[in-house]
Amino acid sequence: MKSAVLTGEHFINGDEACAEGAIAAGCMFFAGYPITPATEVAEQMALRLPDVGGTFIQMEDEIAAMTCILGSAWTGAKSMTATSGPGFSLMMETVGLAVVTETPCVVVNVQRSGPSTGLPTQGAQADMMQAKWGSHGDYEIIAIAPSSPQEMFNLTITAFNLSETYRVPVFIMSDEIVGHMSEKVVIPPAGKIRTVSRPKPKGRKENFKPYAPGPKGVAPMPAIGEGYNVHVTGLTHDEKGYPVMSVDTQKEMMARLLGKIRNNLQDIILTEDYQLADAEIVLISYGVAARTSYTAVQTARRMGIKAGLLRLITVWPFPDDRIQALAEQVKAFVTVEINMGQICREVQRCAQGRARTYFVGHPGGAIIPPADVMAAIKEAMQAK
Amino acid sequence: MTKNVKQQAGEAKHPLEDLVRMDRIPHIWCSGCGIGSVFSSCLTAIKNTGIDYSKFAMVSGIGCSGRGAGYINIDSFHTTHGRAIPFATGIKMANPDINVIVFSGDGDLFAIGGNHFIHAARRNMDITVICVNNMIYGMTGGQVAATTPYLARSATTEAGNPESPFNLPLLAYAAGATYIARWTMLHTRDLADAIVAAIHRKGFSFIEVLSPCPINYGRRNKEKSIDTLKNYHDKTIIKNGADPVTLDIDYGKGVILGKFVDIDKPTHDEKYRKIYLREKE
Ligand code: SF4
Repeated sequence: MKSAVLTGEHFINGDEACAEGAIAAGCMFFAGYPITPATEVAEQMALRLPDVGGTFIQMEDEIAAMTCILGSAWTGAKSMTATSGPGFSLMMETVGLAVVTETPCVVVNVQRSGPSTGLPTQGAQADMMQAKWGSHGDYEIIAIAPSSPQEMFNLTITAFNLSETYRVPVFIMSDEIVGHMSEKVVIPPAGKIRTVSRPKPKGRKENFKPYAPGPKGVAPMPAIGEGYNVHVTGLTHDEKGYPVMSVDTQKEMMARLLGKIRNNLQDIILTEDYQLADAEIVLISYGVAARTSYTAVQTARRMGIKAGLLRLITVWPFPDDRIQALAEQVKAFVTVEINMGQICREVQRCAQGRARTYFVGHPGGAIIPPADVMAAIKEAMQAK
Repeated sequence: MTKNVKQQAGEAKHPLEDLVRMDRIPHIWCSGCGIGSVFSSCLTAIKNTGIDYSKFAMVSGIGCSGRGAGYINIDSFHTTHGRAIPFATGIKMANPDINVIVFSGDGDLFAIGGNHFIHAARRNMDITVICVNNMIYGMTGGQVAATTPYLARSATTEAGNPESPFNLPLLAYAAGATYIARWTMLHTRDLADAIVAAIHRKGFSFIEVLSPCPINYGRRNKEKSIDTLKNYHDKTIIKNGADPVTLDIDYGKGVILGKFVDIDKPTHDEKYRKIYLREKE
């Protein structure tokens, strides 16, 4: 029997690294449904969860998988599911339930090309807007985009930590290319891995309010069986968790739900600067597309063009302030992503016309060639 | 721990008050509706098991019956439409010590949630599913359901239902449920006893409870609440162990009630733990 943290150097693919990250983060429950190219996450979880006394279950569809992890999360177990586009679509209603019931869980989307069945075995980054807006109603979400198998490991731990800290579902928006790519993954000793668990209530159990905000706006979360007699509903509810069909309660609840994310942006948003200090042309990129962008920045620099990269590690919540600040200093933004124009709209929104915006996209099925990015960089440099 | 006090002699309280979220009363159910009666039998059963209330969780889906989870004073979950069973599955598999009761309606459990029902039964998930069957979508105003009788009128079948309803116990039987019973909301004592037995029965337990929706089924089908109750009384036959094939609902020939299946089979959590976690059964 293996331990939770397989300290050492491994040569594994992104999906497996994601599963190892989950186990290292303390995940004890996985419910899934097979789908290319995310299946290896489920397979690895099925293999590894028994090592740590955890539970794996393969459900009858993705709706069931997503719902199942909410049930397990309320018993106190850190819980996860993994899927790809079609399954992600099926999960969307339940994502809303996770948001409104403040149930921590991690949902991995190893993106493939769509729409519909699309190119099941080939990557894309075209579910980014769905991650933000896919479930009905307003909500804020945390979505993380790993660029390598190593990051699939590291950022899965981050995803669990954020999910537990804020009692929110967290998406890992990977893609087929990172998911199926094998690289060196270094797993540190267990003692070097920081893991966070949800805040737990203390004190009186009578008349307990499962949604009364504590520090950071997050309410402590009891588990089933602890005697708190919680009521959890997808209806608009007050701090006690009771349904109240009123505009005031809706306002209060929404302020609480949105506030958890909006008031903690500093703590949540993760970005990486690459050659950004003096950059005139700033590439905005995330996930596998960022790998192309590094190359493009290097090529441009060799040609004497001051290019840099702002890599979005968390894509949601979007780093509005950062892009707005950059817009004051730089000539242009070039958004590089494997879709037909999603995050580039956010960049455009934040640039507010203060810097030009360009888009280098791809309909999916392949990575973006650095030459395409170079063409956009040159165009941006020549623009008056 | 929330104590399960069976006797409350000398107190003027309703004997089930400790299990009800009194701060949420009055409930939303229409007068003449049968759900409240089924709900009371369920609370009585929970009390009669003698098990600590903190060792229970109730999960509901959406609909009039789905509001059950909102009134019981234990850990309770009002989930999305059709998904009570997978939510319950997550609870049971992550913490097998909890007695998980799914309380929901026929539309929720057998149309939108039908797939989850058959798979939980197939796995022998150790949960108790109570289906309030009023043969209609009540909350949305009386549309045809997967349980609406042939030719019955509904908001979406004005000239009569062209479809045939499920025989729910037969479906549960075919899918592998280890406890199957049917009662009506009128048979409160039998129903409460059945729920106690279902909670104690390890494995997937299913109880169908026939219950009137006078507002959205009765009115359209010229059936007053009292007529429905008369049917429950006069045109039902108690026949334990009846062949599930004979259990279609036809008051013309008599509707069979009783306990049809009660067998012992290893549950999914027991099997998973034995095979993967190497725990003794
Ligand atoms: S609509 Fe029908 S099922 Fe719903 S509460 Fe009223 S009578 Fe009961």
